[in-house]
Amino acid sequence: MSDEAKGSGFSRRSFLRGGAAGALSGGLAAGLLPEDAAAAAAPKDVDGVPTVGPGPVEVELEVNGVVRRLEAEPRVTLLDALRDHLDTTGPKRVCDRGACGACTVLEDGHPIYACSRLLIESAGRSITTVEGLGSPDAMHEVQQAFVENDAQQCGYCTPGFVVAAAALLARNPRPGEREIEAGLGGNFCRCGTYMGILGVVGAPGHAAGRSGGDHGG
Amino acid sequence: MRPFSYAAPATVEQAVSLLEVEGSEVLAGGTDLLSLLKDDVERVERLVALRGIGDLSGVEVAGGRLRIGSMTTLQELRDHAEAMAAVPALGTAIDGVASAQLRAMGTVGGDLLQRPRCWYYRRGFGLLALAPDGGSMVEAGDNRYHAIFPQGDARFVSPSSLAPLLVALGAEATVHGPDGERRVPVEALYRTPRAEGERENTLGPGELLVEVTASVGAARSAVYEVRQRRSLDWPLMAAAVSLHGELPRVDRARIVLGHAAPTPWLAAAAGDLLTGGELTPERIEEAARAAVEGARPMSGNRYKVQLATVAVRRGLQRAAGMEA
Repeated sequence: MSDEAKGSGFSRRSFLRGGAAGALSGGLAAGLLPEDAAAAAAPKDVDGVPTVGPGPVEVELEVNGVVRRLEAEPRVTLLDALRDHLDTTGPKRVCDRGACGACTVLEDGHPIYACSRLLIESAGRSITTVEGLGSPDAMHEVQQAFVENDAQQCGYCTPGFVVAAAALLARNPRPGEREIEAGLGGNFCRCGTYMGILGVVGAPGHAAGRSGGDHGG
Repeated sequence: MRPFSYAAPATVEQAVSLLEVEGSEVLAGGTDLLSLLKDDVERVERLVALRGIGDLSGVEVAGGRLRIGSMTTLQELRDHAEAMAAVPALGTAIDGVASAQLRAMGTVGGDLLQRPRCWYYRRGFGLLALAPDGGSMVEAGDNRYHAIFPQGDARFVSPSSLAPLLVALGAEATVHGPDGERRVPVEALYRTPRAEGERENTLGPGELLVEVTASVGAARSAVYEVRQRRSLDWPLMAAAVSLHGELPRVDRARIVLGHAAPTPWLAAAAGDLLTGGELTPERIEEAARAAVEGARPMSGNRYKVQLATVAVRRGLQRAAGMEA
């Protein structure tokens, strides 16, 4: 990652460039020349602290081990950037209000709701989505355990649950009942696959020996 | 979300300068603010992001005092062994936020200053939710989660998980602003809005919550939340208590209710009743009843009066090690 990206992950220089582009494409202040529109939309710096946006800003971050760079407005969430700009559709947009967990990703190893984090706030940081944990050919042990425990039904909550479960087990390889509740309480499954998911976090690596078939999933 | 600009100051002083500009708003963990912006309940022209101000994060226990930076995440505080040993009730309060994601993102300052959950406010009817004829939409409508101690026209409840405990502990908040630094009791961060458009906190333009501090070791404390379910949700009622003295003797007691009033609700009479006496099951019952004296429940939240007595009783039992 460049030194600039390590510092803040978003750049003032590209804001100036992107601001004009935003005016062209976003229809800001019709009737103004693009440069004028960008100038009108650019708030003043205060105390030497650059203010970026509301037009697109260049943001750099690491997604599943790869440095990615994109231009997006400050209001774009990490979730929408991943799904709409970075072709990473594992995290799901369900409630979009930090209440369901389907968008869970790891940010520098911590589980977060990608819907409730602005992309620009993740600049310079490392994001891991369900795609980054493992692949169909080389599954993460939590992904493998989800398959073996039949811990999914419609599958919409599954990517978030997999990431949250991986985060829980990384902190605590042998969580008790209360710790499982604390670790996965921020994820919901409307199909009711909880019994399968409990099998996943209750005995990762030993999941194959457990019955996953009697929970109606 | 409507468009906004974004600034990431590196120092508290820069943040204060930025926040003085009208239309600016603090972005801490963002878990609540982003939802309010998506729903167009709140509007901002500029977000002032605090994540890059390292001075605002951190927990320290030294010289009999606990210091918590306002940008410390709930999980960082929960993982701080010294702080948890000094005030175990903090762990109870944080565990009530039953989402690893919210604990990882949400900050102590954000918890203390999060906006009310009132569904009239969240639907855009304002904090006071007054009908065009001046009557209360809350009184006339569904008020099952609202205040049992309404104040003026305000019937929403203070939703903070940490505020009742910090008030019970006599904690102080450090606020930086254009005129420098001021230190106030945590309860002084809160007020009841008298008119629509007023906020429920006392921070002025450009002011920023920097840290909270509390003396530790002198009091036993506890938090008890009554919840509808154990998964992610706000409690229906919460009580925080602190007890000074060599139990069973109580030299000083503070009892604070959460989710009961538009501010953290100091049940002063209940605390005074325990002061200077011995803590017995009978006294605990008296205090629990005293805590809800003067409650004015509405059509749908009478049950919360009972929950408050339960929360106070269980909180006192927990603090005193008398849990059944």
